[in-house]
Amino acid sequence: MSERPRLAVDIGGTFTDCVLEHGARRFSRKVLTTPAAPEEGVLAGIDLLLAERGVPSGDLALIIHGTTLATNAIIERKGAQTALLVTRGFRDSIEMAYENRFEQYDAFMEKPPPLVPRHLRLGVPERIGARGQVVEALDEAAVAALIPQLRAAQVTSVAIGFLHSYANSAHELQARAVLGRIAPELSVTLSSEVCPEMREYERWSTACANAYVQPLMGRYLKRLEDELRRRGFHCPMFLMTSAGGLTTVEIARRFPIRLVESGPAGGAILATRIAAECGYDRVLSFDMGGTTAKICLIDDSRPQFSRTFEVARQYRFLKGSGIPIRIPVIEMVEIGAGGGSLAATDQLARIQVGPESAGSEPGPACYGRGGNGATVTDADLLLGRILLERFAGGTLALYPEASRQAVAAAVGGPLGLDEIRAALGISEVVEENMANAARVHAVERGKELGRRTMIAFGGAAPLHAARLAEKLDIATVVVPTAAGVGSAVGFLLAPVAFEIVRSRYVRLDASFDAAAVDAFRGEMRDEAEAVVRRAAPEAPLIESWTADMRYRGQGHDLTVAIPSGPLDAGELVRLFEVQYSLQFGRSIPDLEVEVMSWALRLATTDLPVAACPPTPTRRTVAPVGSARVADPVSGEFAEVPVYRRVELVPGDVVAGPALIVEDETTTLVTGRFTARINGLGHIVLGRRDP
Amino acid sequence: MIGNEPLSFIRQQIMWDRLIAIVEEQAQTLIRTGFSTSTREAGDVSAGVFDVRGRMLAQAVTGTPGHVNSMARAVRHFIDKFPTQTMRPGDVFLTNDPWKGTGHLHDFTFVTPVFRQDRFVAMFACTSHVVDIGGRGIGPDARQVYEEGIYIPLMRFATAAGVDETLVEIVKVNVREPVQVIGDLYSLAACNEVGGRRLLQMMDEFEIESLDRLAHHIVERSRSAMLEAVAKLPEGIFRNRMRIDGYDKPIDLVATMTIGNAGIHVDFTGTSGPSAFGINVPMCYTEAYSAFGIKCIVAPKVPNNEGSLSLITASAPENCILNAKHPLPVATRHVTGQMLPDLMIGCLHEALKGHVPAEGTSCLWNLFAMGGPGRVDGDPAELANAAVFDVMSFHSGGTGARPGKDGLSATAFPSGVRNVPVEVTEALSPILIRQKEYRVDSGGAGEFRGGLGQVMEVVSLDPAPFGISANYDRIQFPPRGRDGGEDGMAGALRLGSGRHLRGKGQQTVPTGETLFIEMPGGGGLGDPLKRDPARVLEDVRIGLVSREAAASAYGVIIGNDLAIDWEATRARRRAG
Repeated sequence: MSERPRLAVDIGGTFTDCVLEHGARRFSRKVLTTPAAPEEGVLAGIDLLLAERGVPSGDLALIIHGTTLATNAIIERKGAQTALLVTRGFRDSIEMAYENRFEQYDAFMEKPPPLVPRHLRLGVPERIGARGQVVEALDEAAVAALIPQLRAAQVTSVAIGFLHSYANSAHELQARAVLGRIAPELSVTLSSEVCPEMREYERWSTACANAYVQPLMGRYLKRLEDELRRRGFHCPMFLMTSAGGLTTVEIARRFPIRLVESGPAGGAILATRIAAECGYDRVLSFDMGGTTAKICLIDDSRPQFSRTFEVARQYRFLKGSGIPIRIPVIEMVEIGAGGGSLAATDQLARIQVGPESAGSEPGPACYGRGGNGATVTDADLLLGRILLERFAGGTLALYPEASRQAVAAAVGGPLGLDEIRAALGISEVVEENMANAARVHAVERGKELGRRTMIAFGGAAPLHAARLAEKLDIATVVVPTAAGVGSAVGFLLAPVAFEIVRSRYVRLDASFDAAAVDAFRGEMRDEAEAVVRRAAPEAPLIESWTADMRYRGQGHDLTVAIPSGPLDAGELVRLFEVQYSLQFGRSIPDLEVEVMSWALRLATTDLPVAACPPTPTRRTVAPVGSARVADPVSGEFAEVPVYRRVELVPGDVVAGPALIVEDETTTLVTGRFTARINGLGHIVLGRRDP
Repeated sequence: MIGNEPLSFIRQQIMWDRLIAIVEEQAQTLIRTGFSTSTREAGDVSAGVFDVRGRMLAQAVTGTPGHVNSMARAVRHFIDKFPTQTMRPGDVFLTNDPWKGTGHLHDFTFVTPVFRQDRFVAMFACTSHVVDIGGRGIGPDARQVYEEGIYIPLMRFATAAGVDETLVEIVKVNVREPVQVIGDLYSLAACNEVGGRRLLQMMDEFEIESLDRLAHHIVERSRSAMLEAVAKLPEGIFRNRMRIDGYDKPIDLVATMTIGNAGIHVDFTGTSGPSAFGINVPMCYTEAYSAFGIKCIVAPKVPNNEGSLSLITASAPENCILNAKHPLPVATRHVTGQMLPDLMIGCLHEALKGHVPAEGTSCLWNLFAMGGPGRVDGDPAELANAAVFDVMSFHSGGTGARPGKDGLSATAFPSGVRNVPVEVTEALSPILIRQKEYRVDSGGAGEFRGGLGQVMEVVSLDPAPFGISANYDRIQFPPRGRDGGEDGMAGALRLGSGRHLRGKGQQTVPTGETLFIEMPGGGGLGDPLKRDPARVLEDVRIGLVSREAAASAYGVIIGNDLAIDWEATRARRRAG
């Protein structure tokens, strides 16, 4: 580990988290996010933290930064005035989207409006065919003739999306050259660079999103770099990507869309690290904050990756209601289930929780800030899981009477339940929602959930982790230390990485040309290496290859890990069939297999993992007090011991039911679990078998 | 749990949520492993769980309304033929009977009983559309169901001893893509098994021996929610009729909807007789699309199950295109069935005095193209070297304007299909799509405008003729506007040379010709002269409405500078 200190900064919706790592120690600081000029919050946090620790700016070895700026710009529609130059005859493709409704029974649904309005989607005469052949040459004069129109509309950023450009990008390059000659002030994004994959809607939508956020991100990064330099920081700055890798500012400027989900990616990296240190090979990471819960599956210390992501969902969290973005991301499911999620009843007298959230303003009813909706936090308070005097380290007063009224009004009254039963119902429903989301996510990835270890972090997760684990048949739950700033800590653990994908159709039959495939993959590797080497000139690199394959005739591809060395068709078919059987329970004999696209993640090797020290001999500790807490299954209240986390040391054992409280959260140890503090200080809940 | 009613109530809800999650998982499994385009892109599948009496407790929300209660009815047919006490662990039943399944031979329905410690506790059923079933291939041209493919009666696909190899052999030799079709049959069986496994896990977790109490809870609660929704409607008899193109002659769809305190009944007396071609609809499919249309307006949030669906019933006379009998051809029953939600919404329009959408395109406007010998009419010599291909991609016209909102352009309703990307269609065939854009002025004018249709311009890069199997409607009779809104623009199918093609049936596009598929726009809602001129201007500015139409249909006069001429507009609108 580097001797010089390193710094991570994560801009979230409410807080900007800063973590300083110096040797083996970490120090953190939360400051309010400053949405109008996010660099102000970042700099304030850095200044505070470094001053507190007496670290001069010139001493830092590295700054790692993650931001939701791009996501927010898309959600709030505050990006650049963007145009799309598109193959003539296809200006409506990004608006027609899938030509479907994502809500089958809602005759009144609205589709998300595209980022580029129709009058700025401009057709260009040109055509490339499916095999990359030129069907109609690009009309350069027609491109040039559009420039006055772009200027008149005050366009500052342009996406270029031509059909089949994944197979032949010549026309997109040519069109960019024309724009560059005549209007060099324009930012230009090529669909063949940002997402060189078949399926025009997703590719163009990704290109438009990249173009839409590019000027804004460029300006932000420049201001931040200038300010840092002015303050005497000479160390490099890396950006955290949605795929959990670090990249240079230069690449971030070219592909700002790759930064959209960096915060949650940081959380997944942290969980991955804990999994490696503690030797858990099958993990479910569970991150539950104020508004959402994120669930990610991590096998053999490696999260799942995918290239499908949606931003700005019109119907909160409903699949298909957002703008699809094809970028490398750590695969996770995010649902509207958090401490602030609001409860209500529907017309079938069923309790519904979320996706609407009370957020931080006005917040749950118990905050006494004018919120009168019943939230999960209010339910937790009524069930005795949150201790009034210890909430947020005792800095925030809570009003249980407000919770009582809110829960009675939203759920108790309509269903004829007392507040405690109603609160129990809210808690059970939010847990069941998360359990169902986890199950569907697992089946979509062909994974099982049972026998995994859960790693739970985020303010609300430790309150609901034990019960969620029971529902998912999970026997071990880890609540790590420093869970409150998990994403920023994750940034410090991330490798330098770059992902690259190419659509290239290959049939795995006699026509398979091994030499051509190897050469093509060599080009991909060279391209990825050139990017990674800018941030990591010397470090050893790991190549992770996958191929999207399917039986000929199927519509959905399966992502299959393949070796980095030379390949033959038989080996690829075998790997596909193994994966297919794993996921669907059987393979189909005699059916031809084809590869649609190839992907490479090139990353520096992970930091060496320090194995978890053995847990010392058991020590039974005395509680600091007790509280009346409702049993999540029976609803009966019982007197339950309370422990302070800061007083627990490795080896300590706490039998459930119990509460373990700390400033940012409380761990609810249900009666079916026993908690132990392991060698790294993490709380490990183990299920006692009946 | 006894004596702890409130908690038991919460447990019932949790288990109900779980059943819904289980059938969604079952459906996802089918979609991800399916081979036919309609399965994987359109989600043309269904999955559901049933209690020991055959009552449907939960059904996945998928892309097709056509299975809404037809699959549930299929389960009853299986129980009639194979009483539940004769079912054994390992049994898997199947059929593709259009009348006892989901309306055409391409859909297979599978039913699998679930046993817990040798005790029969539930059934899972699922339906999916296979890529081919032999016969003429999918299209409306057959004259009898015998021409439409192989017909598998209700029977066992497997027992504890294994799969019926004889059946598999027979299917194999009767279909064009045997490996994929047999693959789909295995998928159907496997997804029921997944559902069964999850159900048994749930029963263990909640320590319940049977689903009786849960079933009662679900059925009763859904029934009362549905009754409550129906009670908000005025009681009475409401009528609607709609004329559609048909295959060779127009068809009248006539509905009489009776809204009472115990539910809604629809009768189709007065509807045209059966067609000589495969656009006929078996009763099960008529019921499915009727129920879907009614639920969309009346109770969109009540989940589909025995409790909610049993309150919507339908009847039709024997000699009727909506109650087509064996052996009438039914392969493309969807082109007619997809019109039924609009027919239902028209009845509800009368009941609710407005507050419902205008008519839309309703049937899909798919591109189904093929090439090569045996696939295209023409001189065998000319076709000898033609590329052999078959592509099916899903596309849609505009939906009707909604109260307070414009219709959706190029969007499927009632079907929930997703389109196929142009790049995928072109990669699989010599087809080249020259244009795929909104069709200007196709949205019916109204205070709220109908959604626009789209134009697709299709050629083949292969120097040979290619075939299309057309299955389009709303060419002679466009989607109608409501409450003063104008009709959407009618669809058209024509060649670049100007010749119009028929809206239905297999036809040939000659070498070098261009095919134009011009899809209908949705109907408008409300008086176009009441549309906010600013919205008309916006439509003109972005090219959805022409300046001419702004003036003639909306009375909004827009100058060359793309600004509203307010004086002229007021004058025009006053003149009406």
